[in-house]
Amino acid sequence: MFHYTVRRLLYAIPTLLLISLILFLLLDLAPGDPTAQLPLTIPPDVKERIRASLGLGEPIHIRYLLWLQQFFVNESLHLISELTGWDISGDRQRVISWQTRSPVVDIVIQRLPQTLWVVGLSYVVGIAIALPIGIISAYRQYSWFDQVGTFVSMVGFSVPTFFTGVLLIVIFSVHLGWLPSIYDTTHVVTDWNSFLFQIRQLLMPVFVLALFNAAQISRFMRASMLDNLNLDYVRTARSKGLAERAVILVHVLRNSMIPVVTVIALGVPSVFGGAIITEQIFKVNGLGQLLIIAIEASDIPMVQTLSFIFAILIVLFNLIADVIYGILDPRIRYD
Amino acid sequence: MRTSRCLFGAIAAGSFLAAAAAQAERGSDGHVSIIYWQAPSILNPYLSGGTKDLESSSLVIEPLGRHDANGNLVAWLAESVPTVANGGVSEDLTSITWKLREGLVWSDGSPLTSEDVVFTADYCMHPQGGCAQLSNFDSVQSVEAIDDLTIQITFDVPKPYPYSVFVGAQSPVLQRSQFQDCLGARAPECTEQNFNPIGTGPFRVVEFRPNDVITMEANPNYRDPDKPAFATLTFKGGGDAAAAGRAVLETGEFDYAWNLQLAPDVLQNMQNAGKGTVVSAFGTLVERLMVNLTDPNPELGDERATPKHPHPFLTDRNVRQALSMAVDRDLLVEIGYGQAGKATCNVVPAPEIYASTANDGCLVQDIEAANRLLDDAGWVRGADGVREKDGVRLSILYQTSTNAVRQDFQALIKQWWSEIGIESELRNISASVFFGSDPGSPDTFQKFFADIEMYANNFEGADPETYLGNWKCNENPRPETQWQGGNMPRFCSEEYDSMLADMAKTGDINERARLGKAMNDMLMQEFVIIPLVHRGRVSAHSNTLGGVDLNTWDSELWNVADWHRVK
Repeated sequence: MFHYTVRRLLYAIPTLLLISLILFLLLDLAPGDPTAQLPLTIPPDVKERIRASLGLGEPIHIRYLLWLQQFFVNESLHLISELTGWDISGDRQRVISWQTRSPVVDIVIQRLPQTLWVVGLSYVVGIAIALPIGIISAYRQYSWFDQVGTFVSMVGFSVPTFFTGVLLIVIFSVHLGWLPSIYDTTHVVTDWNSFLFQIRQLLMPVFVLALFNAAQISRFMRASMLDNLNLDYVRTARSKGLAERAVILVHVLRNSMIPVVTVIALGVPSVFGGAIITEQIFKVNGLGQLLIIAIEASDIPMVQTLSFIFAILIVLFNLIADVIYGILDPRIRYD
Repeated sequence: MRTSRCLFGAIAAGSFLAAAAAQAERGSDGHVSIIYWQAPSILNPYLSGGTKDLESSSLVIEPLGRHDANGNLVAWLAESVPTVANGGVSEDLTSITWKLREGLVWSDGSPLTSEDVVFTADYCMHPQGGCAQLSNFDSVQSVEAIDDLTIQITFDVPKPYPYSVFVGAQSPVLQRSQFQDCLGARAPECTEQNFNPIGTGPFRVVEFRPNDVITMEANPNYRDPDKPAFATLTFKGGGDAAAAGRAVLETGEFDYAWNLQLAPDVLQNMQNAGKGTVVSAFGTLVERLMVNLTDPNPELGDERATPKHPHPFLTDRNVRQALSMAVDRDLLVEIGYGQAGKATCNVVPAPEIYASTANDGCLVQDIEAANRLLDDAGWVRGADGVREKDGVRLSILYQTSTNAVRQDFQALIKQWWSEIGIESELRNISASVFFGSDPGSPDTFQKFFADIEMYANNFEGADPETYLGNWKCNENPRPETQWQGGNMPRFCSEEYDSMLADMAKTGDINERARLGKAMNDMLMQEFVIIPLVHRGRVSAHSNTLGGVDLNTWDSELWNVADWHRVK
């Protein structure tokens, strides 16, 4: 198992390098101009100088290698300096965003808390709702609970977040005035009241996203439970005289979790990717909003770095999902 | 400067309350929150030309002079506006001398001196800096400090309008001691400085989160001891115009929302909630059609859309005039902009003194007359209703950027043109490509590989000379200039160029206005630019926020020091 993990990690290196190259080429080939958003009152020769100062005059392979060096060497050294306090990064140029002219990684770190609060929490809440719904729906197939569960997940799955989000704002912010429609990213929880405010501002975005996540996962859970419920080992367990509770929660659930764990693990990187639409609606300004704004502004270093971080997470969580298989099902051994 | 009725209301209420609030103490009104649906990325206008960045930084750093809400030049950090009459501008129009107010200090307590102003000029004019405001320093030969408070700017040509340098939110003064290590190629590396500039303005930065939110507090060293009325300020960015409008007009979470480009009925519904007021004002922004006088036919290869190949039918003035006559501008305003738009027949619609009335005939749509004009010019309808002459069909490729209002306009105009026997094919291109200047892309508005294109443009400040200079002969974008240049129609007239040369030598404002109008009229009567809508700025403020005086000639937040809470 350990050897397997190490081998997979080593394989990940060329994979990630290839991904970074493809990302870079795609971004470079895509039409777009970082000065396109500037007002037309700024003359073209000034825009040309701005582009030159951004390094756009260099040939493509130089820019790629420069980015590789900035991201892997300079950023790592900077991170080590920050953590240990040793000054080893010196004057090395970090990956700089074209919009803000500041290090991309600093902005990403600044954005992480609100993204984890909103998107992460909604993922946890979504899973917490989805698993019981999926289990009960399968156990009592075609009961009223199953019908209602199916209906709710249909709604959650098919109604887009830009509709549910705005609907909630209109009801709870505009008409009732109970909840804020704009997320305050500077809010710090210090006491009971500020904690309550944090809950209030989290309520709507978390609900919107949790509904969507829960819909998806509960369907997987239900289908996987149904596959297992009619198998021979379940009949054996029952005929041994095990309590129904033990049959379902120990035997069936553990086997049914295998595909569901994959779905959950592969969904985690998307938590870090933020939720582009929901973040925009509630002005959470997390990583999703950061990415979409960078794309609109053709801020290539920012888009490249963000997408690459997502790529790392996806590769990593694929590996984690595979390792969890082995833990859930002892028959699966990779060595 | 024409102002909408509700703005008058706001000004009247604002000035009345300002009198009452003048007694208030600094910081006595607590907290004010502003929302811009585009989030500021940086607080240094010299490294970003974006409006969101200019306006947010205008809370902190200030210029020597600026335009007020009526477009008049007023002294800001300077004692007075230098003119030829008061000796501040030299007789030969080649130098201008600004004198700073006495006793000004930065928010860190150190004095503001002429050295800071000189440094700011060096900062922007540094060849490796990539300064976004470099064009404001055009033909500046030197900026010198005469004494601690006096700055002399010398130009290498006579400059009849010398107020582009250090005037307006795009050209504020930076603190030398803060930025001295940030010259040239080092400019973008100064993250700390660019995010937390030290200024002379009413507020100072507490925390800047790029593309998200800025937290500010009242500048303890601001020159007026009673201002600003607010102790703290939040400047939130992000989302969309509808959400920003909702936060001010419907939920009351925010006090001020910027640039609410929304459908007129949506805005009205929001205002009906009774929490806030919509204000609007007009600057110089005009949505227009540009007519291509050169042939964009792809078969011409590298000479495509260059003056070597005149357009097969748009070189006929009658066709261009008919295109303009067929448009119902009032309907376009009603559908697209409501309170934020006015039908216009001029490419220079303001300030008042430069606004021509000679072309107002275009305000009335006249399909019949347009048809007659084309009939008389020999353009005959074919079997499919499209006019042609000598085998040339009046078939137009009409392009613009992707934007809901622009696509509505395209559909309407296509319909009107079909009524006069002109067929059109519509095309829309993502704004970041269309307005980008990548010489490799065939879809930029400068290459103009189409017959007609539509977009909006304006000029900064209140003087149109540079703007009118866009339509000089040699400004046409072509391969030799890497397709740079502002003359999209590829218009070329010796008479126009000579009027422009005259204007560059004229200091007298009335004579400048006469020339400006004449040039505008020439472009209009040649129908190479077909203006559609004079677009205003619409913003909204909470009913409890006083002192707002919407300014389209400078930052909207120009008078934030006077803002206060209406009790």
